[in-house]
Amino acid sequence: MIRKKISLKNLKRSLWAFHLNTGSCNACDIEILATLMPRYDAERFGIKLVGTPRHADVLLVTGTVTEKIKDKVLRVYEQVPEPKLVIVIGGCGSTKGVFQESYAMAGPIDNFIPVDVFIPGCPPRPEAIVYGIAKAWEKIEESEKRNGAAS
Amino acid sequence: MITLILTLLMPAFVLVAGIVLGLLMKGVDRKFAAYFQSRIGPPVLQPFYDMGKLMMKQSIIPENAVTWIFKGAPVTALSSSVLLLIYIVVPYFLYLSGVNHFFLQAGDLIVILYVLAIPTVALVSGGFSSGSPYAAIGAQREVVLLMCVELPLAVTTITFATKMSAVCESCPSFSLTTIASHPVWNTMGPMGILGGMMLLLSFVFIVPAESAKIPFDQGEAETEIAEGLLAEYSGKYLAFIQMADGVKSLALVSLTVILFFPHGFTDLTGLRITGGGYDFTLAADVVLFFVKIFAVYFLLITTVRVIMARFKISQAAKILLLTITVVSLSGYMLIYLDTFISAL
Repeated sequence: MIRKKISLKNLKRSLWAFHLNTGSCNACDIEILATLMPRYDAERFGIKLVGTPRHADVLLVTGTVTEKIKDKVLRVYEQVPEPKLVIVIGGCGSTKGVFQESYAMAGPIDNFIPVDVFIPGCPPRPEAIVYGIAKAWEKIEESEKRNGAAS
Repeated sequence: MITLILTLLMPAFVLVAGIVLGLLMKGVDRKFAAYFQSRIGPPVLQPFYDMGKLMMKQSIIPENAVTWIFKGAPVTALSSSVLLLIYIVVPYFLYLSGVNHFFLQAGDLIVILYVLAIPTVALVSGGFSSGSPYAAIGAQREVVLLMCVELPLAVTTITFATKMSAVCESCPSFSLTTIASHPVWNTMGPMGILGGMMLLLSFVFIVPAESAKIPFDQGEAETEIAEGLLAEYSGKYLAFIQMADGVKSLALVSLTVILFFPHGFTDLTGLRITGGGYDFTLAADVVLFFVKIFAVYFLLITTVRVIMARFKISQAAKILLLTITVVSLSGYMLIYLDTFISAL
């Protein structure tokens, strides 16, 4: 328990994100890049994009889950070492968005993996993405408090 | 007594100081890169936060990995990088402080040339053993780069040895102490200075290629082959690899400084700082050395990393094997001619 607490605290200083596209239209993906660019500069907070889920602390999932990518989402989720967060970016991933009736869509992301923060929007602005990450940090703080009260 | 200190305390000290300084330089590097792109950038201590986090994270060993190689590779890379740093920096500081000791002649350029290959070979075997196709591709590319960069580096080594044997006949010509005590620029004519500049130019390519930084980071191309070599590493093994990378970059930059700008404080100003009966010249030398390694790191790694894109592996091999080898060979010819002419 103590080990988990320390590690979650460390996530607040340095958060490495892996970007997982589960069938998005690329709008949310472009907004993630815009968050990292000079105007919003997410690297100030120690956030950086990494190329493999093994290095990641947080999965940034965009797009609702298609039938084809269902099992790959689970596989990528399991490749991320503990402790991990999942942030869903965009309306399609949070609900099914405009693909409600589609035969090709398996469902929103929280049907398959546990999600910590939803960031709605089509696409969400970079401010919203930074706000969502701040929410994730708040969640870390809360869980730390809860762990502290429990122990 | 001093032998005891050197053999017991010095490696531990270099290990700690090398890791701290290497990570600090990585932080400064990220900050400067951010300034280049008109961003604010992460705090200078960001690599330390990253290490702290990675140490606490779960370390996953892939199911189809060869476990003992996979686990051993990062530690081997780190320890051999520290060994490299010891062989480069310790004789230099012993020379500056004027201590006469056998370690003064311990490391020479040939040892450094071989030890320089060990961290890369360790990471390559770690990559091959991790059982991921991305890591295998990255490892192959890293081997190609290692083989290509060896040739210009060997030419540079031989050039320095030739020059040193002409300058000082009785000194061991491959020794770093000899190179540090006879700065190359002091004893050269115009032709030799041109040759020295060509060697420096080849080092502008050799240092990023050896430390696997852009434009020569094909082995761990994160957007292309999912971090290549490091694809399967996580948690504390990744932290060890990052530290090894920092220490190795530090060692390479120190090597560049000692080869090309070895001037100590006394060499530059002709003064010794004394106060209260103590000699502070060594402290001034240490500060000067730090200033020099930060400047060289900034020019050779940060600037090159920011202004260039990644080469394709075929381009990188061609540039290192043809262009840079020709540049360093012509540097060798010029310096050889220069010593020949001045001997007449």
